[in-house]
Amino acid sequence: MTRTLRLILAALAALVLTLGVTACGSSDDGGGGGGGGSADLIESDPANEGKSITIGSKNFTEQFILGEIYAQALEAAGFEVKKDLNLGSEQVAYRALTSGQVDAYPEYTGTSLTSFFDVKTADVPKDPDATYELVKKEYAAKDITALARTEFENTFRLAAKTEVQEGDLEGAKTISDVAELPKADELKVAGFPECRQRTDCLVGINNLYDWKPEFVSTEAKYTPLDEDQADLSFVFSTDGELALDDYKIIEDDEALFPPYNVSLGIRNDALKKIGAKGQEVLEAVQEPLTLEAMQELNSRVDLDKQEPEQVAGDYLTELGFTK
Amino acid sequence: MFLLAQQGLEMPDRNEGAAGCVQNDGFCPSWIFDNFDRYVDPFLQHIVLTVVPVAIGFAISFGLAVLAHRRQWLTGPITGVTGFLYTIPSLAFFFLLQPLTGRGYLTAIIALTCYTLLIIFRNVTTGLGGVPMEARDAARGMGLTDRQLLWRVELPLALPEILAGLRIATTTTVGLAALAFFAGAGGLGAELDADYYFKSNVVVAGGLAVLLAAAFDLIILGVQRAMTPWQRARAT
Amino acid sequence: MSATLAFLGDFGGAVEFIFRQRESVGGGVQVGGLGEIGDLLVEHLLVSLAAMAIACAVAIPLGLYLGHIGRGEFLAITVSNVGRAVPALALLAFFIAFLGIGFTNVTAVLILLALPPILTNTYVGARGVDPEVVDAARGMGMSGAQIVRRVRVPLALPTIFAGVRTSAVSVLATATIAPLANVQTLGEPIINPQTYGFEGGLGAAIVIGVVTITADAGIGIAQRAVTPKGIKLAEGGGRGRMRLSLPTRRREAAT
Repeated sequence: MTRTLRLILAALAALVLTLGVTACGSSDDGGGGGGGGSADLIESDPANEGKSITIGSKNFTEQFILGEIYAQALEAAGFEVKKDLNLGSEQVAYRALTSGQVDAYPEYTGTSLTSFFDVKTADVPKDPDATYELVKKEYAAKDITALARTEFENTFRLAAKTEVQEGDLEGAKTISDVAELPKADELKVAGFPECRQRTDCLVGINNLYDWKPEFVSTEAKYTPLDEDQADLSFVFSTDGELALDDYKIIEDDEALFPPYNVSLGIRNDALKKIGAKGQEVLEAVQEPLTLEAMQELNSRVDLDKQEPEQVAGDYLTELGFTK
Repeated sequence: MFLLAQQGLEMPDRNEGAAGCVQNDGFCPSWIFDNFDRYVDPFLQHIVLTVVPVAIGFAISFGLAVLAHRRQWLTGPITGVTGFLYTIPSLAFFFLLQPLTGRGYLTAIIALTCYTLLIIFRNVTTGLGGVPMEARDAARGMGLTDRQLLWRVELPLALPEILAGLRIATTTTVGLAALAFFAGAGGLGAELDADYYFKSNVVVAGGLAVLLAAAFDLIILGVQRAMTPWQRARAT
Repeated sequence: MSATLAFLGDFGGAVEFIFRQRESVGGGVQVGGLGEIGDLLVEHLLVSLAAMAIACAVAIPLGLYLGHIGRGEFLAITVSNVGRAVPALALLAFFIAFLGIGFTNVTAVLILLALPPILTNTYVGARGVDPEVVDAARGMGMSGAQIVRRVRVPLALPTIFAGVRTSAVSVLATATIAPLANVQTLGEPIINPQTYGFEGGLGAAIVIGVVTITADAGIGIAQRAVTPKGIKLAEGGGRGRMRLSLPTRRREAAT
């Protein structure tokens, strides 16, 4: 080989190596160039000073994280943000939104329709966009704007420990499979308290799959499985635990659960306050939230026991929205 | 995975290696050490949720007890009302007040204050009632007015009982304040509620509450010992 | 003002919730009505009675024994102080974290809660019997056990009942948080207003209040019934003054 060729090869090798290292290693300086992920740094606009907005959230991990992300993003843009997270269940949160106690909170499209607008679970469109459009229309009538929906959805899943799924559940992969098991009604299913009365939760399972398992009411999702207090559990599809090998998901083959994408519902008067740029910021920070990203963020809170505020802050920094 | 890594979100593999203490909801001293500061604010809130209701409750009950001391017929009704308030389960009380006073400190403090009333009222009344007749006669013999009698003779002699009541009220309030999060008032109970299954969390939040109650108990006991030196001679 | 009026309106709705079923807030399911309230009430009473029974079975004999031999005052007082200091919620959380959820665990928590007042009051009551009376009994040739049974117990009964009364109120009140551990007591509608609505929670709160006040009054009547007439007269008419803790005569013990 000529000397020039060797030099070129060496340079190429160095380039490939550098690219490899940058891509696979963690990057503290925010997003690299290219890809869907290079985030624009949120600039603090002095015109936003003094404009106050209250962000709320419901009472579980993902909601805390989302609330913190939206709140911290608006803070970075220079707004005065008050946080009223952990309001309670969707009924309480919705009342807080319509009464003005909070200016905005993230809600799931399917939940909005079934819980606030009297749509029967079976009547909710299966298409995420159709569902979102319906939500937007219903909210608009209440002087609330439903911002663009997220890509990921957080729907209910039934999960079981891997050993249980292979053993007692005889390898069942779908809910219908489980419902057909001879001892199906003796199985114990754990779920959050109001699941027992929700048509998009236990009641739906009872009716659609003709399966009446014993219900264990608890706030924890995976501990009842770990401690063998329940065979199955209602979990969220974005749970960090589902990325582990310990649990298996049982598929909802009859499509009981409607789409559950997140849409930040914001009061129109507040939307006017933050303006188009504010709206842009909100919709920008939720862009990178894929299922895996949400699982990772949830893991940091539920498994690593970090605080949602910290996790949201790290998310914004790691993706380059804030420094 | 590659795309996200490029975007900057770190995604460790939590399957690899033995799942850590924290992931298994265990009791993890190192995690406690690192994260202790998240309990500081709730702890301070809990102090407020204890001291304020007890202080207000004491002021009210003391006044009522002195009043009832003069007009004995009041003792029954006051005991009845404060007793009724005491019997309402705290959770229900927090719930019931919410439409009137909303969520937050006000609701919690009103409810917690009501619970101290019976305890303190009863102890002050019993303390005053337990003053020996001889002491009272002697004082009157010396020409003391009713007011002087109360402040210079009866109350000092009733002090042990009053302070005992204060101790009971304070430790009880620490316990009840753990439920204040239900009314949106934070406190150590909120930390407990955040994760019942994480042993480290339960031990720290619960342990801090117990320590707080013990600390208050000892402080008031110390005050009692200091203010009633004549008792020390008889103490076992 | 309007909040107060609305509250009164809710009150009517709450009473209705107790007697008639209605649709849950989220829709799709019937909640409330005598049937469900009855079930919740039964569970509430079951877990409370179980805890009280076991607590009495343990604490009363122990307290009588310790009070008779005059030892263990420090233990009795410390148990009382520590017992008051531990928040019921912390205890429940501790049991959930280390032992999981369920009826047994909730009962265990309630037993621990009920023990201190009963133990302390039994001890103090047994101890507080006039030594001259005990001497007289000994002089009459009674054995230790007989003294306990025939002298200490009857004279200590009022104080013991006072302790039982305190514990009963505590236990009934704390059984309200049992739903957090999957035991469906009357606390369920209060903890889950998103399903039962505010009126549901209010209705449950009313029922709990009635139950607790009835229990308190009931035990109070029993307390007065077992107070020997002589003592009642000496205490000035026996208006049933509630002795929720240590009686005043034992000032040293009160510290």
